Amino acid sequence: MTVAVATSLTTEPVFHLIDEHAHPDGASTMLGFWLYLMSDCLIFAILFATYGVLGGNYAAGPAPKDLFDLKLVALNTTMLLMSSITYGFAMLTMEKSQVRATQAWLAITGLFGLAFIGIELTEFAHMIHEGATPQRSAFLSSFFTLVGTHGLHVSFGLVWLVTLMVQVARYGLIEANRRRLMCLSMFWHFLDVVWIGVFTFVYLLGMLR
Amino acid sequence: MTTDSHALHSAAGDHGGHDAHDAASHGSLQSYLIGFGLSVVLTAVPFWLVMTGTITDKQVTALIVLALAAVQIVVHMVYFLHMNTRSENGWTMMALIFTVIMVVIALTGSLWVMHHLNVNMMPMHDMSQVP
Repeated sequence: MTVAVATSLTTEPVFHLIDEHAHPDGASTMLGFWLYLMSDCLIFAILFATYGVLGGNYAAGPAPKDLFDLKLVALNTTMLLMSSITYGFAMLTMEKSQVRATQAWLAITGLFGLAFIGIELTEFAHMIHEGATPQRSAFLSSFFTLVGTHGLHVSFGLVWLVTLMVQVARYGLIEANRRRLMCLSMFWHFLDVVWIGVFTFVYLLGMLR
Repeated sequence: MTTDSHALHSAAGDHGGHDAHDAASHGSLQSYLIGFGLSVVLTAVPFWLVMTGTITDKQVTALIVLALAAVQIVVHMVYFLHMNTRSENGWTMMALIFTVIMVVIALTGSLWVMHHLNVNMMPMHDMSQVP
């Protein structure tokens, strides 16, 4: 009797099964980042819906046909597509642990991204100079919000890219840096996917309206 | 107790090793080039269609442009983002499907409701005619 009491006192009672096991560092980062991208996708979906609803309300102001230059948009699309493939090359060289080649491809990607932002800002400046400001009509408000948000994403992607280049230069292609580069890879390709929607819905269908 | 947690830790290790295949499935030079080639074609064709106006019917052109965009999005997903049903035990695909459903509801719902709102509103004067 006393023995039984003693054992029940010494062995700690267990009321739950241990089902949570240790995860290796960063194992869930990619899935988590993918979930972030999906939430970002919803932001763009709402902006696309807004543009879809308001895109025809010109308030007697300029329409897409008066404003858009498809040659410039085609050039911009080329820039973003080129940056996508060069980022892919950066990932391939990263897998082979070639630091210099990775840095070079990242730099080229950054230049293409910079060209994209430059062309977009030129287009915006041209439109605003012509009086097609965001305040002019509901069409222009939704246009600047949608395309501007995408441009802002690309700009922050560029900041991230430069940050990672500094990181890789300092610490090399360590595990953490590889993980960060893979996250930026997803981010960058995702922005290219959103741009497909932008040039189709806003520019091409806008010209057909 | 301790042996149990050891067993669990080794299971966790296996789990980590299992996850490594995601990094391995990061595409090859060939897959990137195929994706790039398809993207170039799928971008060039709609721009060409709209810029030259080869098809006179605007509705048909719009439908073709939209269809090509949908195909290009899939191409990007597969060849650049390396989407497949296996990565992260299918959770990335699950999240994607959920997001697509949300996007479709948000887009079609907004456009549908607002279109009917516009149609059923009081007839408005053409604002461009207002002095």
